[in-house]
Amino acid sequence: MSNTTHTFKPSLPPPTLNVGVIGWLRTNLFSSVGNTLLTLVALYLIWLVVPPIFNWAFLQADWAGATRADCTAEGACWVFVKERFGQFMYGFYPAELRWRVDLTAVLAVVGAAPLFFDRFKHKARYGIALLVAYPVIAFWLLYGGFGLQVVPSSAWGGLMLTIVIAAVGIAGALPLGILLALGRRSSLPAIKVICVTTIEFWRGVPLITVLFLSSVMLPLFLPEGLSLDKLLRAVVMVVIFEAAYIAEVVRGGMQAIPKGQYEAAAAMGLGYWRTMGLVILPQALKLVIPGIVNTFIALFKDTSLVIIIGLFDFLNSIKRATADPAWLGMSTEGYVFAALVYWVFCFAMSSYSAHLERKLNTGHTR
Amino acid sequence: MSEAIKQAVVSDKMMIHMQGVNKWYGQFHVLKDINLAVTQGERIVLCGPSGSGKSTTIRCINRLEEHQQGQIIVDGTELTNDLKQIERIRSEVGMVFQHFNLFPHLTVLQNCTLAPLWVRKMPRKEAEEIAMHYLQRVRIPEQAHKYPGQLSGGQQQRVAIARALCMKPKIMLFDEPTSALDPEMVKEVLDTMIGLAQDGMTMLCVTHEMGFARTVANRVIFMDKGEIVEQAPPDQFFDHPQNERTKLFLGQILH
Amino acid sequence: MQNTGNASPASGSFFTDPRKRAWLFQIVAVVIVVAIGWFLFNNTQTNLQHRGITSGFGFLQNSAGFGISQHLIDYTESDTYSRVFLVGLLNTLLVSALGIVLATIIGFTLGVARLSPNWLIRRLAGVYIETIRNIPPLLQIFFWYFAVLSPLPGPRQSLELGEVFFVNNRGLYMPAPVAAPGMWPFWIALLVAVVGSVLLRRWARARQHLTGLPFPVLWCSLGLLILLPGLTVVISGVPFDWDMPVLQGFNFRGGWVVIPELISIVMALSLYTAAFIGETVRSGIQSVSHGQTEAASSLGLRPGLTLRLVIIPQALRVIIPPLTSQYLNLVKNSSLAAAIGYPEMVSLFAGTVLNQTGQAIETMMITMSVYLAISISISVLMNVYNKRIALIER
Repeated sequence: MSNTTHTFKPSLPPPTLNVGVIGWLRTNLFSSVGNTLLTLVALYLIWLVVPPIFNWAFLQADWAGATRADCTAEGACWVFVKERFGQFMYGFYPAELRWRVDLTAVLAVVGAAPLFFDRFKHKARYGIALLVAYPVIAFWLLYGGFGLQVVPSSAWGGLMLTIVIAAVGIAGALPLGILLALGRRSSLPAIKVICVTTIEFWRGVPLITVLFLSSVMLPLFLPEGLSLDKLLRAVVMVVIFEAAYIAEVVRGGMQAIPKGQYEAAAAMGLGYWRTMGLVILPQALKLVIPGIVNTFIALFKDTSLVIIIGLFDFLNSIKRATADPAWLGMSTEGYVFAALVYWVFCFAMSSYSAHLERKLNTGHTR
Repeated sequence: MSEAIKQAVVSDKMMIHMQGVNKWYGQFHVLKDINLAVTQGERIVLCGPSGSGKSTTIRCINRLEEHQQGQIIVDGTELTNDLKQIERIRSEVGMVFQHFNLFPHLTVLQNCTLAPLWVRKMPRKEAEEIAMHYLQRVRIPEQAHKYPGQLSGGQQQRVAIARALCMKPKIMLFDEPTSALDPEMVKEVLDTMIGLAQDGMTMLCVTHEMGFARTVANRVIFMDKGEIVEQAPPDQFFDHPQNERTKLFLGQILH
Repeated sequence: MQNTGNASPASGSFFTDPRKRAWLFQIVAVVIVVAIGWFLFNNTQTNLQHRGITSGFGFLQNSAGFGISQHLIDYTESDTYSRVFLVGLLNTLLVSALGIVLATIIGFTLGVARLSPNWLIRRLAGVYIETIRNIPPLLQIFFWYFAVLSPLPGPRQSLELGEVFFVNNRGLYMPAPVAAPGMWPFWIALLVAVVGSVLLRRWARARQHLTGLPFPVLWCSLGLLILLPGLTVVISGVPFDWDMPVLQGFNFRGGWVVIPELISIVMALSLYTAAFIGETVRSGIQSVSHGQTEAASSLGLRPGLTLRLVIIPQALRVIIPPLTSQYLNLVKNSSLAAAIGYPEMVSLFAGTVLNQTGQAIETMMITMSVYLAISISISVLMNVYNKRIALIER
């Protein structure tokens, strides 16, 4: 019986046509006649669009100066944005008090930072404490009272107002949405019907009509003599509206929890609220964090609709500024700047949510 | 039965000819200088550790993977970038996958008639007759109007075999056809394959079913690190392996 | 509370018997809802009385007395509010329909481009999607309306396309067809061609069943659809005269005009929704496993046939439910047109009519029920469709 040992051939480098820059170009851009044509068309399009925009936004743009006269006609007039920047950010918030808004924002970032560290142990407890404490402090800083000068909500505006509406909207919508989701999954028919009707009603109408409701109907609904601040009314309606969307997201998460979890909880003798609070919701909510972030992004974009009821959010303050006779013809600059700001916020959040989704996915497959 | 298979006609008509075939995934050299000749009626089993290039080898034969160097001639037609020739070869070569890959939106019967209708341009009645014929052969004609999702794994794999047979292929490629099956379903699929072998089908099977290799194959090929390390008739391969690597591998899988 | 499990069903006290507790919960919930409803209703009644606002839908028969810049049906200032409702509804539906058609075309193109083997095309589609879907639709409407269309020159300096189409800051002007003697033969020929194509398709199917030979139905139908009507034009003259837009004084007369509000809203909404549809289509196609493509090609099916017979039917099941919800979003977003004064449901009813009549409750009710009706009917259709698919699968 003979014994041979096979000597393996050495691995050879692939033919140059298949790897490196050439290989990449061949497979990705020029793999066939049609593909080559597409590449050329795409390059032409890029050449057509990008250089003029780049020219307009940077090379020929005007950055220095203080009035419209400082701008030449060729490029973008960023002087306009620079001059009105304060108004875009804070609305009519008194200039000498704007540090309070800044401080609120800084506190939010610093406060939330530990939640993004994987090593931080007491995330849940800390998060809940933050959810309770932060709104109180933020309200005090923004509105005033207790030693701080009061700034009425009618002076709030700009990006600050946009963020306030979106943040309060989502913070209020979360608990309400979770309750609605629980109700929709409930085995009690009356509760289920109430919740399903509520959810489907708010999901079926456009936000704009809801805002109209807040401005024309809410005053009629309230007892005589009680009148709510315009901003507060809008925020209340946004919370109810958004809760319906959150409810559907949370319901999706609850449906993804296997039946065995309910059975195990029941076997341990847990009642309904403990089963939900200790077993189901913690798992479901973790699953739907990306969905909640996406809902928040949608809400952040939708806050721009408050323009309809005359609130001075970010978009509205830019719209007003472009209508200023001293800065006529600055629409493009204004809206491009607005788009950029919205884009940065939304893109950052959607990247984060995509990152979370990937993280959760790998957690499930492994 | 095993004797009957062994005596099944092997002609010397060349069906597959691979010469100096090399393939890379990016920088990774997956197939190194593969030379393989298969004649009509031959039944070849490819085995080897995972990542040894055995699946890639048979996937090159019907151009599911593209080789970068060397020559592959199937039934007298060379595989090039010419789409017409690729289609011709594909309709002559049937393939069965590890995960069945049945079309879930079509019934079993529709799965079987799809290619005869659209590639062979057969009348529907004829296509359905052929499909029923092969479904009978794999012993599931009663499932013809069900959807793949309603069948067991073993039944699905038999449908997949019937689907490939409906094109009346000259060569059948099997890519680990029993690896995704529950143990009790392996036999029904292997029996179907043995039946095919008895009819003189040219077959290339990537499989770890060594019992199957012993009874059915005329030749067992052992691959490792993208190369053909050893090839021999099954008796010789299993009882007197020549190579250290082969022995080691057989030692690991035969218990 | 912990004793729930131990208590025997018959002897549970009121608070420990789960069935009784369930009843209690439900009764409490219903009472709360009714109480809130009553509270709101009561407040509203008093408020309305004190402010002297009449209620009821009688106002719908009153004359509106305001003009509307775009109406698909005849409308004059003396028409009633119910006519205004119809005008607004039709305008909303017009925006939605145009938006859905355009968004679908652009969206499917984007989705396919996202999966293109061409890196550059893939990337361009990706950049487009990531840019557009992260910018509020209202901002995009403003951009089109204030930054693109408003700065256009006036009618006298219109941009023109072959002296047929004119674009200026008052809209897009194009020729309108007017019936000419050749119209009837033309319509009849077109009808014949359509019926012929349908029959041809049936015949080709039957033939393929029998003989297996496919028939180039698409090309023959196209030929039929072009040739037959074309023939009537040659024989009995043109079917339509074109009413050309002509500059008279300060504005154009004649032809069809698309107002800038409509252009802005349709552009913005279709481009915005297309970005979402693109992602839907991409993930739908990707949800079909690669094994399906491999199985189809190993059977000898050409890539086009693989796409048509194997990939698309499976991808569509994944795509259609989120696609309808995108359509619904577009319909709801069409209400954003109110912000630039396009006369659709919200701006006409929740805006102008509400202001004129002061009947907030009735106008809001009418406006919201229109959207609710659209939403509910689409989700009912969706459920029917899902049931059908489920039936096919199991």
